[in-house]
Amino acid sequence: MTTPAIEVTGLAKRYGSVQALDGVDLTVRQGEFFALLGPNGAGKTTLISVLAGLARPDAGTAKVMGFDVVRDYREARRALGVVPQELVFDPFFTVRETLRFQSGYFGLRHNDDWIDEVIERLDLTPKANANMRSLSGGMKRRVLVAQALVHKPPVIILDEPTAGVDVELRQGLWQFVSGLNAAGHTIVLTTHYLEEAETLCARVAMLKQGRVVALDTTANLLAGVAGLRLKLKVSPDRMPPALAERATRQDDGSYLLPLARSAEIADVVVALRANGAEVTDLSILEPDLEEAFVSIMGRR
Amino acid sequence: MTGFRTLLYKELLRFWKVSFQTIAAPILTALLYLLVFSHVLESHVQVYPGVPYTAFLIPGLAMMSLLQNAFANTSSSLIQSKITGNIIFILLPPLSYAEFYWAYIIAAIVRGMAVGAGVFAVTLVTVSVPLPNPFWALAFGLVGGGILGALGLIAGIRADKFDQLAAFQNFIVMPLTFLSGVFYSIHSLPPFWQAVSHLNPIFYMIDGFRYAFFGVSDKPPLLSLAIVSGCFAALSFASLQMIRRGHKLRN
Repeated sequence: MTTPAIEVTGLAKRYGSVQALDGVDLTVRQGEFFALLGPNGAGKTTLISVLAGLARPDAGTAKVMGFDVVRDYREARRALGVVPQELVFDPFFTVRETLRFQSGYFGLRHNDDWIDEVIERLDLTPKANANMRSLSGGMKRRVLVAQALVHKPPVIILDEPTAGVDVELRQGLWQFVSGLNAAGHTIVLTTHYLEEAETLCARVAMLKQGRVVALDTTANLLAGVAGLRLKLKVSPDRMPPALAERATRQDDGSYLLPLARSAEIADVVVALRANGAEVTDLSILEPDLEEAFVSIMGRR
Repeated sequence: MTGFRTLLYKELLRFWKVSFQTIAAPILTALLYLLVFSHVLESHVQVYPGVPYTAFLIPGLAMMSLLQNAFANTSSSLIQSKITGNIIFILLPPLSYAEFYWAYIIAAIVRGMAVGAGVFAVTLVTVSVPLPNPFWALAFGLVGGGILGALGLIAGIRADKFDQLAAFQNFIVMPLTFLSGVFYSIHSLPPFWQAVSHLNPIFYMIDGFRYAFFGVSDKPPLLSLAIVSGCFAALSFASLQMIRRGHKLRN
């Protein structure tokens, strides 16, 4: 069996009275695009901090590419690239200097070809010799991504990389990160934009109060929540009894009707017409990760 | 070693990029001290026989500037990195705690030596001071810079905000440097204050450093070097333990 990219067993971490991680078990396979979701304070950033060696676990173990993050910290850190949540930078240096330093800290000299490539691919070339202070927030975010990549780590963790980022940069970033995943890098992502996780990630872990409350493929998590639903308004406002017992009245005057399959829509419209009513507005609601998230977070 | 070399180079470049503030300004400050004190005291005070007061003052001022700037380098670099959050760039890579420590300390020594040498160079314009024993000057400069660099590192790691660091600097480092015999020989003090001065490690640095210039000192230079080397070893041990444990750096 291939070594997991990330393997976390019984991980616990307490800050004062707050149990940030409470026995987390998690395995991310090599090459996965994995989402780590949860509300604020669920333990996502603490988990990332332990994996990156920024926080020491109270109990349990964490491994990156088979290397224990405490015992074999040097190998574990070489295997990991982290894009931090905060927009941090060193105001003394230029973009290129920043990347050269980061490369050197990881023991890599003469790494300019790869640094140039990363600069180019992240559209930083015009700013390569600009001081970090003069960069926009979006540009600084790209430099953070570049810093995480200078040592070509097999595992890359992005901690809410698109928070406060404009649509264009967000799309560009995801295209870039998807390319890295396609090239074999394992990607772990935390985000509050659940549609991003749904689109990009094949597997999802959801954390709540320091525990993993869901860990499954995105498809299975979506299948676990309400399926296809029809949202419709009718005039006059009355439902035939057979539909009325299945429908839920919404605040905006519409009805929400669960469907077994999409072909059922025609039957609903026919039944309404037979009852002397016409459909004035109609939309089909597909299950999304946000519903799964709300359902799971509310349930456990 | 590449990680260590890179961090050292980064720390050197950091102060070099603002050398007007980190090198030129402290040299000017030392020059002002020299102008004022030598003008007022030159004709009134003679500490060592045959040595004019201005000449006596120059090595002390050079060493004081060296020490203060070694402290400033590590402490300001670390507190800025902690407060702006970019310390993460040093914590994420596989740097060992010894690489971390020595990169910061050597950069502090280099800045301290640059300022100390600068003070010495500009004061040569006003008065010529001999340097018959450069080995002693170098030895005390290196170890003294290392000690204050380590103190700055400890202060920078422990402080959570700038005013805590300023308190460390103003209430510990400044009194220790000013009351170490920069401006006087401790033989001119009452016995009680002489005894107190012997507890101040900076006294031994200044006294030993001055020996390199005049061949006379309050204490034998080898004893002074042994004492300051012991202090440096103890502070290095404490600092390395702090970094190894991740004290205030890794939660």
